[in-house]
Amino acid sequence: MTDDNIKQAIIGIIADIAPDEDTSNIDPAVRLRDQMDLDSMDFLDIVMELRKRYGVHVPDTDYQHLATLDSCVEYLRDKMAGKQLVS
Amino acid sequence: MADYDAIIIGAGMSGLAAGIRLAMFDKRVVVLERHYVWGGLNSFYRFKGHQFDVGLHAMTNYAPRGAKGLPLSRLLKQLRIRHDELDLYEQGFSAVSFPGVKLRFSNDFELLRGEVARAFPRQVDGFDALSREVREFNELDLDAPQQDARPVVRRHITDPVLEDMIFCPLMYYGSAREHDMDWDQFVVMFKSIFFEGFSRPQQGVRHILKLLIDRYRKAGGELRLKTGVSRILTDGNRATGVELDNGETLTAETVLSSAGLMETGKLCGSAGLRPAIAGDLGSPAVVDKMSTTSAGGTPALPGKLSFTETISVLDRPAKNLGIEETIIFFSNTERFQYAQPADDVDTSSGVICMPGNFKLPAEPNDHLVRITNIANYDRWAALGNAGFQPASGAGLRPAPQALDETSAANAGGTPALPYYTAKQHWYERSCADVLGHIADFRPHVTLVDMFTPRTIRHYTGHEGGAVYGSPQKLRTGKTDVEGLYIIGTDQGFLGIIGAALSGISMANRWVLQKAPEPAA
Repeated sequence: MTDDNIKQAIIGIIADIAPDEDTSNIDPAVRLRDQMDLDSMDFLDIVMELRKRYGVHVPDTDYQHLATLDSCVEYLRDKMAGKQLVS
Repeated sequence: MADYDAIIIGAGMSGLAAGIRLAMFDKRVVVLERHYVWGGLNSFYRFKGHQFDVGLHAMTNYAPRGAKGLPLSRLLKQLRIRHDELDLYEQGFSAVSFPGVKLRFSNDFELLRGEVARAFPRQVDGFDALSREVREFNELDLDAPQQDARPVVRRHITDPVLEDMIFCPLMYYGSAREHDMDWDQFVVMFKSIFFEGFSRPQQGVRHILKLLIDRYRKAGGELRLKTGVSRILTDGNRATGVELDNGETLTAETVLSSAGLMETGKLCGSAGLRPAIAGDLGSPAVVDKMSTTSAGGTPALPGKLSFTETISVLDRPAKNLGIEETIIFFSNTERFQYAQPADDVDTSSGVICMPGNFKLPAEPNDHLVRITNIANYDRWAALGNAGFQPASGAGLRPAPQALDETSAANAGGTPALPYYTAKQHWYERSCADVLGHIADFRPHVTLVDMFTPRTIRHYTGHEGGAVYGSPQKLRTGKTDVEGLYIIGTDQGFLGIIGAALSGISMANRWVLQKAPEPAA
């Protein structure tokens, strides 16, 4: 999976979790929760969706790596290698 | 392997919301509902070609689309519902109406503040201080020490009438306690009613329930109606499943019960658990002593607050009679009493709802006035089914413009009347006693219905017909039976949004966040 695919995967999950949010202009360097109304319950959902869709397990202690789109890419690059983007 | 990952008892708001969360993440889940219709306390029915709601006057916790960090926004994201799918319309304005003084309020908090400044000029600084304290309190902090609300409110509000006027709507829309509220519950209700406010879907509660049911089924959840649970099965101190009324057993890793704290205790009680579980008062040991509210470790008691509600269909919109308010919380006495009445019903205070006065895009099918009063379950339960029978299709009669002689003679200590006669009597009293607050709508009534504490008991299964459940809440949801958790009213989140959030947060905490297996 390319870095862009990983971003798309995360954005796709956010779009499903928060259907009222505009996900078209997310700044990859800015914390997601500063750009959108996402709380800890929502991050739990992102983690659960990663597991459900891609079989990727994110332990509690690693939630911090999901703060921005860029940090998601860094953190997930190896874990997502070889996976197919789910729409 | 158990039949299910989770069994949910009750298809009310909390059970359905919990079910959606679990089904969404591929848990094998079943929601069991004793009745043939879902919704629990908030349900709906057809009566002579009309569609009526039970329970719901208004949804509290209004938040506009895109509002951040509010309970409604949180709920929508957790259930993946778009704001516009709810089809919500805000109230016009509502009021708290006491003898000689009326405070209007709306979804704009400034209206209420201005009204307090007008009617109680010396209290407005205190009101501001109270509002600040409410705003700053984090009601989601489960570790905050429990305290009563009145002493906190009295630090800021010194006029007892204003104090009661503030409490009146908050109690009517969510207090399981008589006379006072727990401070955290007061905060939840104050925010949900005065800061956030009221709204309603055009089609009422059935619209919300349909959304939830559709979402649940789409996620793959199983719903079984007409399926009552007769007991919760246990192995040692661990819940293993349930036995149904028909004798069938279903096993599960986790049981989430919206049946109520005491009622859930009773469902375990017959299972031959250790003696402490089967106490006289249902099942005190089910109460997690670490997390009980102000009652602090004492056994769960049934709630004492039940209600009657009358529904009157008018031949014209209430507005045409000069009734502008959406909801009026009233008291006919200066000091408002929120307590179980000695008589069948206490018609000296109540809630009047005009559902047609929400800012709806289309004229509603029916022009309704609904009146809620506090009622005594035991008295209603003791009434025989004799007396006026609605079976002929006549049902209750619209109220005469003045009480007839029989009713008037009974107005002082009512003798125990048979059920249907009592309904007729109290319907008339209820309508007559709101006339200090709204125009006389009685000549325009074409059809009436009424539900009583018995109806509530029947549809919710709550002991004593207690609408808001036990005064004792179990905030963590955790009982001392492993794998058994309380959701809904007795977990302590209130209202439709609160109940749904209760189901969501308990499902998250006790099922979805449970030590995950390693990734595949």
